[in-house]
Amino acid sequence: MQVAEHETALDVTRELSDFLERRREQIAQRWAEASLFRAVFTVSRDEAVEACKAVVDALAEVARGGRPEDLRAPGFDSVREQLGRMAASRAKAGYTPSQIAGEVAGLREPVTSLLRAEYDDPADPRAQANEIALTILIGTLRLVVMETTVDAGEELIARQRQQLLEVATPVIRLWDGVVAVPLIGTLDSARSQIVMESLLEAIVDQRARYAILDITGVPTVDSLVAQHLMKTVAAARLMGAECIVSGIRPAIAQTIVQLGIDLGTIITRAGLSDALAYALSQQGIVVSPRPAMGGNAR
Amino acid sequence: MHAPFVSATRLSIGSDADLAWVRQQVRQAAAALGFGLVQQTKLVTAVSELARNTLVHGGGGHMEMTPLAEGNRVGLRLSFVDRGPGIRDLELAMTDGYTTGGGLGKGLSGSKRLVAEFAIDSRPGEGTTVTIADWVSGVPSPRAGAS
Amino acid sequence: MTGPFATQPGPVPVLVLGDVLLVTLQGDLHDTAAERLQQDITQRIASSPAPVGGVVIDISGVEIVDSFLGRILAEIAASARLLATRTVLAGMRPSVAITLVELGLTMPGLDTALDVERALSLLGHPSPAAPTTHPEEGA
Repeated sequence: MQVAEHETALDVTRELSDFLERRREQIAQRWAEASLFRAVFTVSRDEAVEACKAVVDALAEVARGGRPEDLRAPGFDSVREQLGRMAASRAKAGYTPSQIAGEVAGLREPVTSLLRAEYDDPADPRAQANEIALTILIGTLRLVVMETTVDAGEELIARQRQQLLEVATPVIRLWDGVVAVPLIGTLDSARSQIVMESLLEAIVDQRARYAILDITGVPTVDSLVAQHLMKTVAAARLMGAECIVSGIRPAIAQTIVQLGIDLGTIITRAGLSDALAYALSQQGIVVSPRPAMGGNAR
Repeated sequence: MHAPFVSATRLSIGSDADLAWVRQQVRQAAAALGFGLVQQTKLVTAVSELARNTLVHGGGGHMEMTPLAEGNRVGLRLSFVDRGPGIRDLELAMTDGYTTGGGLGKGLSGSKRLVAEFAIDSRPGEGTTVTIADWVSGVPSPRAGAS
Repeated sequence: MTGPFATQPGPVPVLVLGDVLLVTLQGDLHDTAAERLQQDITQRIASSPAPVGGVVIDISGVEIVDSFLGRILAEIAASARLLATRTVLAGMRPSVAITLVELGLTMPGLDTALDVERALSLLGHPSPAAPTTHPEEGA
């Protein structure tokens, strides 16, 4: 009997789907022992079994759809979040993505032994076809888990990056009405956005008239960095505060001139102390050494 | 309260009061999706510019608001649609300072700088559609039910 | 379809504080209300029997300033200047300032202050309650 190839394939995945549904309970019981599920559902075994059943159901649905290799099969949607949670908790426990992938691959073995038991003759072509389909299906499941692992990793990196940015941008109150932010390191767009926001918030909180941006620790000033600085200065001015840029090292001053960057009306000073002196004198504050009293100054 | 809506919302832009209503709706949606204050402000400002363009230059129209979810990112897509005269020279209209409406000429070019994605489609005599999208930056708020 | 509004679209009140006009903008300002305010202020300055010492526009309650409102504010200041009166924009929120700069509106001709108190002292009207000298700077 001649049957079109794709029809045979569909028959096989349907058969696999029927098998998964029929053996749902046994597979779930076996999987619940696997470290992947045990580590996440630590409290109750029933919960682990339920989670396993959800995954079996998803696989059965994907198999029924006839595309066991399809990462985007709608059948996976119902378990994607659960798998992500599992992968994330493994990642938190210090497992590498390849170790997690290995654990998922390990889910195949218990199912394969159940599948083999279905057939009297291990050489039955149907048995072999089903086993291949199952291998593909578990392989796809592994990719789905990997994908969520990578997403979780990216999220973690983004969060840490954000925290690092905030930590690296302290705004200091130098005097009543004078705040300063010493910039250290490269000033990219994300960083300068945070610098701008924290500086402007500090201006409100401290009721500051003057804000000093000290760029002593900034390795290079190109036109993009200059643009960020000018935006910060303009925003502070809109709020009623004046910005002073300090710490322009000779090399940076030369670059600025050579690049033809126009810092416009921005007030600049060589050092942080010069900037502070300017801010104080503008407010009519004079800092002078205490006159010697009674000649007993040490 | 965290109640992200699932479907697209359509708001008509036909009057001064509608502009305020549109701003308010976008602000609420953006806040519910977890946009930070500065991002919300930028987005609502861009919306205000574009909705006013729809009203003033397009003779009215509507805005369509669609929440977006893509992997770990959530965002908002907003389309401003009018059946007005259209824009003859898009490149010129996108130039900073170019104006026909007596404004400052910052509407189109400025709002493009305020959001992550910006697209404009205009045919003379048929109308203009401006579509913007923005994504919640940083870490999305933890999903309900996550351990 | 139009829904209920958090702010009423009525005219913005202009308060007289000594010889200073104080305008407090709140919430979402409708375009027509902004245009009416612009006429109102110019009218008040021009028709005032005694010279107006300055205009303070408090925008601390304003959540967004777009190019339309930005233009209105700049025009108020420009026409007040023609009538020999200084305008100070007070209390702009950080998020609004960041957005305006990104939008390309830096309002170069406009005087700004952190809050109304600072705006008044900028106009030469130190409010009696506010200590203007540094507490640590005794004689």
